[in-house]
Amino acid sequence: MTLQYKSTALSAAVLIVVAAFQMGPTAAQDADDEAIERGRQKYEYMCVPCHGDGIGDDGRAMLPGTDALRIKYRGELPALLTERSDLTYESIRVFVRQGVFSMPPFRPTEITDDEIRDIAAYIAETSR
Amino acid sequence: MAVLPPDVSAEDFESAVTEFRNAVGEDWVFVSDEDLHPYRDHFSYIKDQPNELIPSAAVGPDTVEQVQAIVRTANRYRIPLYAISTGKNFAYGGPSPNVRGSVTVDLKRMNRILECDDKRNFALVEPGVSYIDLYRHIQDSNLNVWVDTPDPGWGSLIGNAMDHGIGYTMGYYRDHFSAHCGMEVVLPNGEILRTGMGAMPNSNSWQEYRHGYGPDPAGLFGQGNFGIVTKMGFRLMPAPEHWRNGLVTVPKREDLIPLIETVNYMSDLSMCGEPWYGSPLNRLMGNTEFREAALAFNGDAMDRLAAAANLHSWQVELQFYGSEGTTLANWEYAKDLIARRVPDARFTDGESLPTPLTREQIADTTGPYPTSMRRNVTQGVPGLGIWYMTGRSENNPNAWNETHIGLFSLVGRSGEAVLQAQEDFADISRRLGLPTAFPNALQTPVNWYQFGFLMGNGFTLGGGDNSPEGKLAATERLRQVLEENAKLGYGDYRAPPILQDDVADQYSFNDFALRRFNETLKDAIDPNGIVSPGRAGVWPAPYRHMRGALRG
Repeated sequence: MTLQYKSTALSAAVLIVVAAFQMGPTAAQDADDEAIERGRQKYEYMCVPCHGDGIGDDGRAMLPGTDALRIKYRGELPALLTERSDLTYESIRVFVRQGVFSMPPFRPTEITDDEIRDIAAYIAETSR
Repeated sequence: MAVLPPDVSAEDFESAVTEFRNAVGEDWVFVSDEDLHPYRDHFSYIKDQPNELIPSAAVGPDTVEQVQAIVRTANRYRIPLYAISTGKNFAYGGPSPNVRGSVTVDLKRMNRILECDDKRNFALVEPGVSYIDLYRHIQDSNLNVWVDTPDPGWGSLIGNAMDHGIGYTMGYYRDHFSAHCGMEVVLPNGEILRTGMGAMPNSNSWQEYRHGYGPDPAGLFGQGNFGIVTKMGFRLMPAPEHWRNGLVTVPKREDLIPLIETVNYMSDLSMCGEPWYGSPLNRLMGNTEFREAALAFNGDAMDRLAAAANLHSWQVELQFYGSEGTTLANWEYAKDLIARRVPDARFTDGESLPTPLTREQIADTTGPYPTSMRRNVTQGVPGLGIWYMTGRSENNPNAWNETHIGLFSLVGRSGEAVLQAQEDFADISRRLGLPTAFPNALQTPVNWYQFGFLMGNGFTLGGGDNSPEGKLAATERLRQVLEENAKLGYGDYRAPPILQDDVADQYSFNDFALRRFNETLKDAIDPNGIVSPGRAGVWPAPYRHMRGALRG
């Protein structure tokens, strides 16, 4: 059973490699670009109202999520998420699903794991 | 943490979950602790307590037919449901149900804007549509209508209206439930009902005449548990061409009476948008003599000290929507009316801008006078900027407002009633030993509902002690406030599930005739009591023994 499983897994890995070569670098790049674009759209929809770089309400210089991170990190890390090179899919998912401070957790009906993955790809791109 | 619905066996629950999966698909039924975490109230006063209001499962339908299937399964297994739209009703329980172990029906995936008409000025939406969604749709489609949004714009139009939420533009549109026009509801037996003209199979005026013919049950679904609303129409304000504001101040404490009367007159003639009341004397509260006078409600002393400081007692910011000419005429008329009643009133012209305002104009707070208006919402622009109130701040860098809760009492829409409420609320606070200097003699009402005032009493009680014990103690104090409010005729308009029985208890006229009426209807329409049992204190027979159980 173990051997059969390993064999199946190996076959799958070979297939993926073959598929990647068949796609070619342009197709793979296209897929990445599409994920980044999906991530941008979802980020702007879900995250920017609090974490964007806009002006805050009632005379505040920043939006609340951005300002909260400015206060938290005091320059050690950027206040804007799109400038953060340390964020991964896994870490973003923890914050989204668990919430942090006054940011409540978000449900899969609001944002799926795949969409979080796209946002991670977008942030990785913007923070280069 | 996993819980079962009350009196439901693990086997039956498993069977029901299988049926839910068959109805909506594997991906949209959630039962694990991790998946259910976002269905807890992030601001719960009873977080991690044995009675925390957590669901046993969550189901995310995408269609009305799926909602019907969920309701039928719930009936089969006697499982209580709790419907949420976007789940953002924070300060009022967020997505948490009234009964621990309910199955949450998460309607967020039903997020279609079915119609948005800027000639007849209405929208027809599903529950998952947020204010931000509709705003973006209007912008992208270049439609000539506004949304009237509550402070945080991530909430659902339907969910907010269902809980009698409010906004900030013209009176008719600020009362979101009253601005609705027609709804579609899945009843507890799984049938679909449409109200108003929607009750006609071929009507083309569903969003225009809400009464239809005969008794209109629409009101039963607001803060109710008679069905799950799956579509709802809303009247939308036509985009005005111009916005203008202005500041009025009046010198003496008793001048609040003619000021409010005059603003009521303007408001009820639809000549101004939401008025924002305040007191310039708040800046004197650091002065010991003035503070003592204010805490003693010594009006003569307050007037004398205010005059010595060259400050007026009250202010109201007025705002006008229309054309440049009509907004100017209405502002000039307001000045004239108020000056007739209060000759010493002062007037400061505010801004006068064509709409829509740019982002920079909205953010600009360097107007002719310091403003307390929230400028995004007065311009019908939904966002999340207001969330700064709950999070980190320079004054509080390592904590957040974990006990975000909203309690506001209805107060008569007159200066006399406001001045009386100030004294009553302060007296209640003193007698209960509440750890706050609020309310006080400078507290002003909010005019969210055009035809009534709301004033906070106990709103800030949760601040300061975020320990589990502190939260429980604060909850108990809030209950005492609600009880004392009721003795003086102050009823609250909205509450989180942990306090809904307490608010419902305030409405006790004629031995709770209203509650008995509602529960008679509830038992007839929902004999198994599956739809949101306990919502707003309406308990169906199978769950009636739970009334007040959260009081511990």
